[in-house]
Amino acid sequence: MGNFTEKKLSIEKLELIANDIRQDIIKSLETAGSGHSAGPLGLADIVTALYFDILRHDPKDTKWADRDIFLLSNGHCVPVQYAAMAHAGYFPKKELATLRKFGSRLQGHPERTKLPGLENTSGPLGSGLSQAAGMALAMRMNKEDHRWVYVITGDGELNEGNIWEAAMFTAKYNLNNIVAIVDRNNIQIDGTTEHVMPLEDLRAKWEAFGWHVIEIDGNDIEAVIDSAAMGRAIVEKPVVVIAHTIPGKGVDFMEYDYHWHGMPVGIADVAGAPPKNQQAMEALKDLRTLRGKIKSEGHDD
Amino acid sequence: MTDLHLVDIKKWVLEPTRKGFGRGLVKAGELNDQVVALSADLTDSIQIGPFAKAFPDRFVEVGIAEQNLATVASGMAAMGKIPFAGSYAAFNPGRNWEQIKTTIAMNDQPVKLVGAHAGLYTGPDGATHQMLEDVALMRTMPNMVVIVPGDSVEAEKATLAMVKDSRPNYIRLARDKSPIVTSEKTLFEIGKAYVFSPGRDLTIVANGVMTPIALEAADKLYHDGIEAEVVHSPTVKPLDGATILASAKKTKRVITLEEAQVMGGLGSAVTELLSEHFPVPVIRMGVKDSYGQSGTPEELMHHYGLSVKHVMMTAHQMLDKK
Repeated sequence: MGNFTEKKLSIEKLELIANDIRQDIIKSLETAGSGHSAGPLGLADIVTALYFDILRHDPKDTKWADRDIFLLSNGHCVPVQYAAMAHAGYFPKKELATLRKFGSRLQGHPERTKLPGLENTSGPLGSGLSQAAGMALAMRMNKEDHRWVYVITGDGELNEGNIWEAAMFTAKYNLNNIVAIVDRNNIQIDGTTEHVMPLEDLRAKWEAFGWHVIEIDGNDIEAVIDSAAMGRAIVEKPVVVIAHTIPGKGVDFMEYDYHWHGMPVGIADVAGAPPKNQQAMEALKDLRTLRGKIKSEGHDD
Repeated sequence: MTDLHLVDIKKWVLEPTRKGFGRGLVKAGELNDQVVALSADLTDSIQIGPFAKAFPDRFVEVGIAEQNLATVASGMAAMGKIPFAGSYAAFNPGRNWEQIKTTIAMNDQPVKLVGAHAGLYTGPDGATHQMLEDVALMRTMPNMVVIVPGDSVEAEKATLAMVKDSRPNYIRLARDKSPIVTSEKTLFEIGKAYVFSPGRDLTIVANGVMTPIALEAADKLYHDGIEAEVVHSPTVKPLDGATILASAKKTKRVITLEEAQVMGGLGSAVTELLSEHFPVPVIRMGVKDSYGQSGTPEELMHHYGLSVKHVMMTAHQMLDKK
């Protein structure tokens, strides 16, 4: 079949796909009855940009030797990856309803050996960047200069020491075939990142570790695509994209609220949220109406 | 037993098992260009140095960062490499166990983990560096092969066998020298145990640096009129149940002998096997729920009850009980 992203889609089309993916995240989490909401919703634009524009990949040939690699280091956000993979044709969309269920290929945290198309097993935080580094180094040894490794880490995940070991390592070997994306949504389970364990000055930290830093609006698909292109163009240093995202993006009662980090709709008692039995409906209503939150909708006005 | 080509006890020479690993790794590099080696600032100490010199483009220095050591190796394996990731066992798998579990074992990447300076034979470095829990830690990890070679010649063969094994592997190596009891012609296969010395009165299951001690004890016990069968079990997982059971059925008494915590290690593996399939009296010799300390290997083996004399005493006690 060849490269799935060979034919480029318009930004408007990508935004509509991202919105479909958000709805699937809500639906699959509600069916699952557990799981993380805020991170996956916030990452929907980045992951859509990856699967539908940036990555060279073939959903029908998951072992394609020329494919790019995508690693989700913060494995708890995997509902967004599953939804994107289903939309790209890795598996039937109806399988999304099996998320976190017994016997499902869609495990609560991603397992490479369970679902073709996953490139790693993750969940315990902090290990994705170093796996990406190992892959990028092996690709260089294999003279596979046309392949790229994209890795998403959470921002809370940057508390882990393994990340900074990997940051030093990647810079040492100048693995410029990696584009790292930090999902800077400012929340983690116990609260805001700056409350739990301050990360700022985050740009200065990465720069001090020898990285080139690009900061973007991570909910702007065009900016995501541009930053990936820039990431591939810069060869002097490895590139990290600090993608500022809104946790819970697209669902009014979830946006910016860390309480939704580890909660699905339907079971959460969060102040300001609708009653439990109406949360999924309200979330989907928000996502279906868009209400000017999506850039392309603004274009039509 | 004659086809094992063991070295006569009077002709034993000494060499650390890590030396054999170092030779095996260079050979592996020559035979397979996908073999790479990663080190965490202990390259020469753990004998990756010769490989690094022979194949500088296939050598990766990760610095003092064992979590990164395991996870970078996982990534390299995912791209077709056969990575040997080495450090002291106290840190690999002592510090990076979760990374090994998630990104190597669960993720099914054929990384070859090398835990050097394991056990009491680390000597004067003391308890922090005498890793005694590594066998237990790695044996409980699904999809992990655990190898404790009995001498440097076997360590070399094990290293080459690991290259051909498609599973994640862990090999445990010692710092100080121990007798070479096997020869080039001695058989080695991952997952196999071997009867190194036949006997009918009791079985001693041993591995690592304890195998020479078991052989020496068996030799001396013979003069006391006790025929001890020494079963060398370099692979702790998967355990060669058939060979160990056959020996236990013959002798009806088993001593396990390891230079590690008996909880979770070879002693546990053998007693689990026997209690399910052929319950016989067992005495587990090894380190018992305590840490090591500084000293020479000889002093430590004596202190922790793991000398030749202790093995002989234990064998006598076991037979007196009948």
